[in-house]
Amino acid sequence: MGVDIEKYLRSDKLPHIWCPGCGHGTILSNLIRAIDGTDIDPDKTVVVSGIGCSGRATGYLDFDTLHTTHGRAIAYATGVKLANPELNVIVLTGDGDGSAIGGNHLIHGCRRNIDLTVVLFNNQIYGMTGGQFSPMTPTGATATTAPYGNVDQQFDLCDLTKSAGASYVARGTTSSPRQLVKILKEGLNHKGFSFVETFTQCPVNYGKRNNIGGPTDMLEWQDGITVNINKWDKLSDQEKEDKFPVGIIHQNEQPEEEYTNRYQKIIDDMAEEGK
Amino acid sequence: MSEKKKVLLQGDMAVVEGGMAAGAEFFAGYPITPASEVAEGFAKELPKVGGKFIQMEDELAGIACAIGGSLSGKKSITATSGPGFSLKQENLGLGIMIEAPLVVVDVQRVGPSTGLPTSPSQGDVMQAKWGTHGDHPIIALSPSSVKETYDLTIKAFDLTEKYRQPVILLLDEIVGHMREKIEVPKREDVESIDRKRPEGDRENFNPYEFTEDHVPPMPDYGTGYRYHTTGLFHDKTGFPRGTSEDAKKLMDRFSAKLEENKDDIILYDEDIREEDKTVVVSYGSTVRSAISAVNEARENGINAGWLKLKTIWPFAGEKIEEIAKKADKIIVPELNQGQLIREIERHVKGRAKVVGINRYDGTLIKPEHVMEELKKEVK
Repeated sequence: MGVDIEKYLRSDKLPHIWCPGCGHGTILSNLIRAIDGTDIDPDKTVVVSGIGCSGRATGYLDFDTLHTTHGRAIAYATGVKLANPELNVIVLTGDGDGSAIGGNHLIHGCRRNIDLTVVLFNNQIYGMTGGQFSPMTPTGATATTAPYGNVDQQFDLCDLTKSAGASYVARGTTSSPRQLVKILKEGLNHKGFSFVETFTQCPVNYGKRNNIGGPTDMLEWQDGITVNINKWDKLSDQEKEDKFPVGIIHQNEQPEEEYTNRYQKIIDDMAEEGK
Repeated sequence: MSEKKKVLLQGDMAVVEGGMAAGAEFFAGYPITPASEVAEGFAKELPKVGGKFIQMEDELAGIACAIGGSLSGKKSITATSGPGFSLKQENLGLGIMIEAPLVVVDVQRVGPSTGLPTSPSQGDVMQAKWGTHGDHPIIALSPSSVKETYDLTIKAFDLTEKYRQPVILLLDEIVGHMREKIEVPKREDVESIDRKRPEGDRENFNPYEFTEDHVPPMPDYGTGYRYHTTGLFHDKTGFPRGTSEDAKKLMDRFSAKLEENKDDIILYDEDIREEDKTVVVSYGSTVRSAISAVNEARENGINAGWLKLKTIWPFAGEKIEEIAKKADKIIVPELNQGQLIREIERHVKGRAKVVGINRYDGTLIKPEHVMEELKKEVK
């Protein structure tokens, strides 16, 4: 690897606030490795986050960073990007922030196919508020607000974002960092709405409460519930049950169909007519 | 030698014309009656000058996106009405906390809830001040005519850029939907204020520095300052430390910013003669009936004057105190159950009789309603 991670970090803001064994730091370091692998100019990069454990990631990154309100990171990022399309705009969100309170902005960001890279930290739980169930908590799992087992069903966020119009959709896990770097890098380079769901472990508020165990047990658990996309189609429906494909799930790059490019075309056409 | 043109404009469209003259570059919002014309106007005008318009999926996204545009360095605006104004409050709070220049237009309609969507109200006066949680300063302007809407929209952009403080432009349905012929200069002839941007040293840059004027310079995203912005209380570096000291220092700076510039921010017009013992204090569309009634009263030998508040927040308390020292009676017509009258009473402190004229059913306050009160003798 050999990437100088500190180059992209505000080291004076460390140590971070995440609990021992949390997977969020793994996502952050691999996001940095992915950024380092692109020709993205750090001075032209804005990272936007919402509220929750994932929301704190922006504070540690040495870019222009914006820590917004709960669920609205994509809406803020849309303004940042449309106002200046030269900027690389990355959104860091969580499963509660991005798929519950901010779910509407997620699907509409996909629909617009605006050039954002959205990294959703999915730890299957509301971590910061102490372990309430989220839209990504599996049915039957235990949470502080689901003491008798979660009644709700979870989303398949990759299916959701693909259907809503995202032109790049991928899923990775903190248990497979090399693959995570690869799909994040591809997402950063993609011109259009890129959505990367990352499974990350919350041993404190999810793993222990659901008898999965500590951090390493949770990484093994991630491996057990995921299958590489290359092998996914060969599985029977029964084998697919309670499992998730990982890797690049959908990619359809058509830069001229990207939102800011389409808007710019209106401006250019008008200027042309005005001549 | 600026050339002027005469145009027939609706109040909502005067926001667009004024905004474009002030150099608006970015609009994000969501359709709502009676403010949709503001969005429609910017959708048409902005791309002509390379600006951007975006219709978002909801009201929250509308203001969030507009703040994002502001952080990227563009003069930004969003527009809504009562129900949408309620939805925008949390993100308005972030705008205040991070000191994002932004104009928020609220064309007031009758509430609560869906209320009377196409009827006028001045029911959001207190929401403009206290709608978002926590103590905070706010600037709110309220025009009473189409021309004033044009002028105050330019002023709103100037104030928000100058003080890094979101500015609310409180129209009401009457002003928003009435048409008047007004004279406006060419857009390029209008001078407007741009936010102060930092120069030089990027390494040791503090985005929330405590400066003499209380307004830290604001870099555009993408210019190499790589700074952090958060809704948490922060110190001059922009980072949260979670200390009471930082919270107090920031809140005090926010207050000082407006307190020390009251003369620039608080706008009003008046016609109060030495002999006027009764003064009608009004704002927004009710001003029209107030002035008309005062003129008629004078013709009938009644000594009355008027004060028109163009800035509602911060409140013109000192002016009210000055009036209260001479007048016997202050009449406050409002299209609500009595909102600004409380603020007026606070400053009158019992020195004069304060009487409200209130309508909150979507109908107007007519000159004769004010006249009726002017005719009553002060007891």
